[in-house]
Amino acid sequence: MRTIARILRFAVPYWPWFLVAQVSVFLSAGLILVVPRLLRDAIDRAILGGNPRLLLAVALGVIGVAVLRGLFLFTQRYAMEWVAQKSIYDLRNALYRHLQHLSFSFYDQARTGQLMSRAMQDVETVRRLFSFGVHNLLRNFLQYAGIVVILLLTHWKLALLSMATVPLAVHAIGIFGRRIRPAFTEIQQELAELTNVLQENITGVRVVKAFAREDHEIEKFRATNWTLLEKNLVAQRLMAFYHPYMDFLAAVGTALILWYGGREVILGRMSLGTLVAFNAYLMLLLEPMRWIGMLVSLVSRAIASGQRVLEILDTRPEIEDAPDAIELKSVQGHVRLEDVWFSYPDEPDVPVLKGITIDAPPGRTIALLGATGSGKSTVIHLVPRFYDVTRGRVTVDGIDVRRVKLESLRSHIGIVLQETFLFSTTIRENIAYGRPRATDEEIVAAARAARIHDFIMSLPQGYDTVVGERGVGLSGGQKQRVAIARALLMDPRVLILDDSTSSVDTETEYLIQEALRALMKGRTTFVIAQRLSTVKNADEIVVLDQGEVVQRGRHEDLLAQPGIYREIFELQLKPQEVSEAEAEARAESEAARERGRQPVATGGRQAVRPVAGGAADRSEAPEGRDG
Amino acid sequence: MGWHGGGWLDEEAARRVDPQLLRRLLAYLAPYRAHVILALLAMLLATAATVVGPYILARAIDHYVIPGHEAWRAGDFGRAERMIAGATMVAGLYLGLQLLFWLATYGQVYLMSWAAQNAIFRLRQDLFAHIQRLSLRWFDGRPAGVVMSRVTNDIESMKELISSGMIQVIGDFFILAGIMGFMLAMNWKLALLAFITLPFCVILATTFRERVINAYRKVRQKIAEIAANLQESISGVRVTQSFVREDANLARFDRTNQENFAANMQAATLWAMFWPLVEVIGAFGTAIVIWWGGQWAMREYLAGVPWELAAVSPGVIVAFIQYIDRFFWPIRNMAMIYTEIQHATAACEKIFEIMDTEPEIKDAPGAVELGAIRGEVRFEAVTFGYEPDQPVLRQLSLVAEPGQRVALVGPTGAGKTSIINLLARFYDPQQGRILVDGVDVRTVTQHSLRRQMGIVLQDTFLFSGTVLDNIRYGRLEVGEEEVVGAARAVGAHEFIMRLPEGYRTEVQERGGKLSIGQRQLVSFARALLADPRILILDEATSSVDAYTEVLIQRALERLLEGRTSFVIAHRLSTVRSADKILVVDGGRVVEEGTHEALLAAGGVYARLYETQFKYQETEAVPADD
Repeated sequence: MRTIARILRFAVPYWPWFLVAQVSVFLSAGLILVVPRLLRDAIDRAILGGNPRLLLAVALGVIGVAVLRGLFLFTQRYAMEWVAQKSIYDLRNALYRHLQHLSFSFYDQARTGQLMSRAMQDVETVRRLFSFGVHNLLRNFLQYAGIVVILLLTHWKLALLSMATVPLAVHAIGIFGRRIRPAFTEIQQELAELTNVLQENITGVRVVKAFAREDHEIEKFRATNWTLLEKNLVAQRLMAFYHPYMDFLAAVGTALILWYGGREVILGRMSLGTLVAFNAYLMLLLEPMRWIGMLVSLVSRAIASGQRVLEILDTRPEIEDAPDAIELKSVQGHVRLEDVWFSYPDEPDVPVLKGITIDAPPGRTIALLGATGSGKSTVIHLVPRFYDVTRGRVTVDGIDVRRVKLESLRSHIGIVLQETFLFSTTIRENIAYGRPRATDEEIVAAARAARIHDFIMSLPQGYDTVVGERGVGLSGGQKQRVAIARALLMDPRVLILDDSTSSVDTETEYLIQEALRALMKGRTTFVIAQRLSTVKNADEIVVLDQGEVVQRGRHEDLLAQPGIYREIFELQLKPQEVSEAEAEARAESEAARERGRQPVATGGRQAVRPVAGGAADRSEAPEGRDG
Repeated sequence: MGWHGGGWLDEEAARRVDPQLLRRLLAYLAPYRAHVILALLAMLLATAATVVGPYILARAIDHYVIPGHEAWRAGDFGRAERMIAGATMVAGLYLGLQLLFWLATYGQVYLMSWAAQNAIFRLRQDLFAHIQRLSLRWFDGRPAGVVMSRVTNDIESMKELISSGMIQVIGDFFILAGIMGFMLAMNWKLALLAFITLPFCVILATTFRERVINAYRKVRQKIAEIAANLQESISGVRVTQSFVREDANLARFDRTNQENFAANMQAATLWAMFWPLVEVIGAFGTAIVIWWGGQWAMREYLAGVPWELAAVSPGVIVAFIQYIDRFFWPIRNMAMIYTEIQHATAACEKIFEIMDTEPEIKDAPGAVELGAIRGEVRFEAVTFGYEPDQPVLRQLSLVAEPGQRVALVGPTGAGKTSIINLLARFYDPQQGRILVDGVDVRTVTQHSLRRQMGIVLQDTFLFSGTVLDNIRYGRLEVGEEEVVGAARAVGAHEFIMRLPEGYRTEVQERGGKLSIGQRQLVSFARALLADPRILILDEATSSVDAYTEVLIQRALERLLEGRTSFVIAHRLSTVRSADKILVVDGGRVVEEGTHEALLAAGGVYARLYETQFKYQETEAVPADD
């Protein structure tokens, strides 16, 4: 019930429309009660009483009632639909807004298929409650109550008799409601599970094929599909039994009336018209009874779905503005991590960072190095406050990030992560993602600086080319440069960077380097470094191991002492020494050649063609489906 | 501005119900025809019980109640008693009919939904199985969301149609026929008079039909846009938060949401108008019966005709009024079901379109199981392009002896990936052939071919489930010891043991919390456990830390041992240890030989070495620990 109350709260702002709908409900329910009375007059007073004039009056009365009732019905339906659609519109927006603000830790756990199923199917179920359930509930109640009163006033004995089955009906509704609700919850869960199995299968289709596991996947799907069938049948069976049962209970009343009422008419204690009117009322009574079964289903379903929707809305974003959060206006970009401890919420006993302290004065570059799981990604996630520290603090210009408004904090921080996500929209909009109002000149300037302008111009539709899942696929290197342009356009004081690129050819590598150089200039930068050039130019290198800083200093200093850095250098960085100079030279000459060539050949065509994405070189494969 | 839908949103054109489509759909019900037939019989019973009700009431009034009352007034108490008994009997009959209605409806709904759920289960299963068989090229061109919507939403909308829609149409038809029959039988003149209202109903229904259909099409289109927007917003939420775009996104979502609201209101307004109008037309029918029928009855009454014999009696009028009321229910239903049918037809078309897509790669009619192979691979003059007029490989030939390690090198776009795609038979060549142990890969079953082939892709994909199940993905039957053995062999054991629940740790969607390097190691273990004769490896050099890098290199050595392997190489160490290097350029093998031989030749490889590999010339792999 609390779920229903909370869902209904979405309708509260539209109470005037609701009121209009309910007044119409009241009037139309009242009008329908007039018809059996007209019928009684037609029989008793007109036909049996020999009054043809009255017959015409009754006929016109029936039409009049229908027209009036039609008007009220229209008003009622329209107004109620308005309330329903508006409430659902609000609910959707609320859900969307909420999803946009939920923290990274939520998305670490959540599965896209599950979320989609809740945001679409479950919201739709709730809408049905608003559209059909709410006003029908009231209408049926009014209609029922009105008829009962009229029946009691007309012939109380007959009335009581005709309602003899009501307790049975109430009992049945109780049982039905109790049994149908879990059935619906299970169906929704199973449907979400099916969606999820499906999603994973489709995104992982290459692995399935590579291992020739189609049959296994089909079996896996069959299991979920079958469970869904079983759950559906449970609900179907309940509905198949109880819906007509309600009809039957109502019909018992009619039979009793025929029996007892017929007798009363024969014995002259009641007029035939009254009996007919009684029967007509009972017919009208049947409708609410029939609806009750459906309403119970509807409400149960809405509760099941509503809970799933509310569950999302109830998930508090772990990261929220403090009540007295301040606006972070212009910043110098002095970032400090002070004795920072961190563990993920689902594993509070496993510290990922153990007392990290890093000082990054304005404009300096901090390179983070370390093994997988050493905590370097966590460090860069803490600065824009994607997670909160467990102990210690992170400050920007001396202000704890937890004390400032998230929006103002993040608008000063540019982020380029390894898994580049582009939205299904034009390249222009993707670059202007952080600053939708940027002018074309600014966008082009950013693209030029990110060394992606020439490529964009080579596309048939230039900056208006649609990319992303539903558009043209870009290669990893191209996507990364778009992401760099995106960050550049924000012109942030602080930069968070994962400079690792997946394998790209030397030319692309050179372009990315150039782009990064442009990006990092004059900004406080935290970079997870894979490139020698980045490390060499860093003002401080911080080497992490299992959540602790094990070495720090400049390249030369660290190289002079034994330790992890030297090992990493030998293994990973040193080999790049030769290549960097060469790559630069080669790429420059290539680029020169490139400018002379016909534009489309630069790789646009290459990337547009659908290659077997996962199996292809990262540099040439469209990667529509990451993230 | 606006979320670009591309061509993928579910746009529907107005369409007629295609009988052939319906037949195919019904074929899914065929195995359950016994249930369907029983459901239809039950429905007939239920319909009969409904239609007979008012007639019985009329008989009770005319034959028992009124004569009984007159007998009582005339003092004929014996006759009155008999009439009371008669009325009681009719009441009992009515009750019996209602009981029948309940049970018959229960039977009908349950039987039909049983058949429908089973049919839908099979349809969904067939669709999924078919999708599994479709070739990669098909997936290349389709976003996951679109494929998913076929298997979920489109199937669901067909379920409604099969389980309740179709039988309701038939049921409604019978109700209409039954009612008309009873009315005509009771008094055909009055019945025809009442039917005057029918043409108006037809006019009303046809006027509304197109509008309603269009309105609902728009509603579905808008809801699809909402779904598309939402899906992308969820996938890209991290970027959104990084760029503080939450509000701008909300504004954009709000626009779509508002359009959806407007479309829904338009449809709802049409409905809100349609139903009351049907009721008003019905009221005219009732009024005609009361006015004409009433006058007629009065004439009969005045003429002294007993009600049992009268052409129009109070019973007839009461029955007619009830019939007219019920008459309009099916008409209202039909308008609703019609849009449902439209929707389901659209869904149906899309589903069967997929089912009709022939997999590009399929087992030849006489395909044989490929027996245990030694692992010899031969390409003979293979020409292949993703689009036939743009060949990527041109007359390419190559040979790999059993157990040989072949490195594929060459510039981006040279065709390296295409070679491994063809070898795994993800695509078929336009010309030439590919032989494994001298057997054309097109003559053997895909399953038997791929079972002996291990493929490690750059983009490591893990399924949600335990680490254990992911490693034994290729051979689910093996025990835990073997899995641990494989994990140890590739050096993944240590980090797996450090996970909260070791091998039983659930990895989230797409590998979740495991790092890229860890995912790669798991995928190596997976390939090792599958124990293929031929190994295809797209060597990923995506960023991993130095330690993991060493682990991966060692694992690689272990993995390649004793197998024929094709490696798209990025590491110098891999290239040097190869038995044969194939230099691919412009869709041909331009050079082949060992590292030293090729270097000495001073051709393409030598140049490639200078620019790509030379810098790796260090003692990259340290000694064992």
